[in-house]
Amino acid sequence: MEFFLTSLLNGLSYGLLLFMLSSGLTLIFSMMGVLNFAHASFYMLGAYFAYQISSAIGFWPALVIAPLVLGLAGALLERYGLRTVHKSGHVAELLFTVGVALLVEEIVPLIWGRMAVKYAIPRELDFTLFSLFSTSFPAYRGFMLLVSVGMMVLLYVVLTRSRIGLIIQAALTHPEMVGALGHNVPRVFMLVFGVGTALAGLAGVIGGNAFVTEPSMAAAVGSIVFVIAVVGGLGSLEGAFIASLVLGIIQTFSVALDYSLSDLFAGSEVALLHDEALRSLFSIRISQMAPMIPYLVMVLMLIFRPQGLMGKRE
Amino acid sequence: MLQLDDVHAYYGKSHVLHGVNMRVRPGEIVSLLGRNGVGRSTTVKAIMGLVAMKGSVLFKGEELAGLESHKIARRGLGYVPEDRSVFPTLTVRQNLVLGMKSRRQKGRWNIDDMFTLFPSLRERADTAAGVLSGGEQQMLTLCRTLMGDPDLIMIDEPTEGLAPKIVAQVGELLEEIKNRGVSILLVEQKLTIALAISQRLYVMGHGQIVFEGTPEDLRSNSTVRKEWLEV
Repeated sequence: MEFFLTSLLNGLSYGLLLFMLSSGLTLIFSMMGVLNFAHASFYMLGAYFAYQISSAIGFWPALVIAPLVLGLAGALLERYGLRTVHKSGHVAELLFTVGVALLVEEIVPLIWGRMAVKYAIPRELDFTLFSLFSTSFPAYRGFMLLVSVGMMVLLYVVLTRSRIGLIIQAALTHPEMVGALGHNVPRVFMLVFGVGTALAGLAGVIGGNAFVTEPSMAAAVGSIVFVIAVVGGLGSLEGAFIASLVLGIIQTFSVALDYSLSDLFAGSEVALLHDEALRSLFSIRISQMAPMIPYLVMVLMLIFRPQGLMGKRE
Repeated sequence: MLQLDDVHAYYGKSHVLHGVNMRVRPGEIVSLLGRNGVGRSTTVKAIMGLVAMKGSVLFKGEELAGLESHKIARRGLGYVPEDRSVFPTLTVRQNLVLGMKSRRQKGRWNIDDMFTLFPSLRERADTAAGVLSGGEQQMLTLCRTLMGDPDLIMIDEPTEGLAPKIVAQVGELLEEIKNRGVSILLVEQKLTIALAISQRLYVMGHGQIVFEGTPEDLRSNSTVRKEWLEV
């Protein structure tokens, strides 16, 4: 029971962090039809910026400044990069974002080195929030949960209640018509791109010290975020939310589960287990398979439901 | 009020409009007629900055060619497309609110006017626009553009596929629009409506204007009707 509850809470906090990343990616894709391959780079930059700022003036200013700087950087990237490339079509846009991702991946080790940096959890949050029997739940995990839920509620309220949210929703399906009604759609695109990269940056700020801040973190999380976008259904925010939570929870549980198929058959005389190759296959532990589970889910989703959980596009 | 001089338009490499010249004066209802595919909708899209074009589009003395569509709309031009592009996930009321160019905009029309003109929209004010009937969606697109308080509204085939009762309602709305001092450029295929409400008409063929005149002129010109309008 204690294993279940703590894994569930850890899974939720990881899943919500993934949603913070995938929501920006999904919004950008819905509006512009661009899969932003540089999205996870902003996550990594968020972590490094927060490390740099927090070592100078502390974690709390970094929590605000790093996402704002990255939001601005994202908006400028859209305005002066993507918008120009847009005229050459989607392939050019895709290559442009891949280029930016590679550039960031090369620049980060030049500045901060190839080893992980010491981006630590703030002292104020470095304690045990509560203990369940013998397992403790760290306060920082609770903080991550709080920030992610707060961001999600804010995003929901802005998208459904505010005028700009209505314009964004309308521009998701009919950008040309929204423009013809007198709304500056390119500026809305720039804003959404900026908010998306700011959210990725925020995820980096709070995820960088919970996990590890190193040059390979963008690639590691980037592929998971794309899996979420595909499993949730490209362009669907609700789908991205469900997929983020499900994959976050599955990954957390699978890392913690130390069982293999041979455990299942233990005690029974199964003839197949005398075969050497099968025996080693059956002895692979679920925790060893954890990293490949998201990709397995994606492959199965593409076979059985190519449009994703909530997506409308084939 | 609106003056097109030698307007050419292009879809990629295909040259669709070949030098369109036309005028709409203040308070006028002008119809643009022609068979399918002759370039009527493209003309309106070219005015609105939605297709690649060359030539001059003057509106209230100001050149619109080369401007982005939101800037054109903000100069007082309204556009109601043929495809009833309501925002499907938003409610009827939210669609109308987005017609306004800003939250504080005050003009000739407000939401209550729209609900009075089309009571069925009031009944479905909080329904997602995507589930409305074709006729209701057409009304909503028209009303939404009016909420932006245009000085000239361009309406592409407002009665296409509508029941006769709704067509009559659209006719009444067009009169009401005109009475409030808004000019109308109506893109139509149905000669009867255009002849009944327009002060002047243009007929298009092969991406050019092939006839310009009053409803009486067109009634008495059977050659133009046979060659360019009748199927």
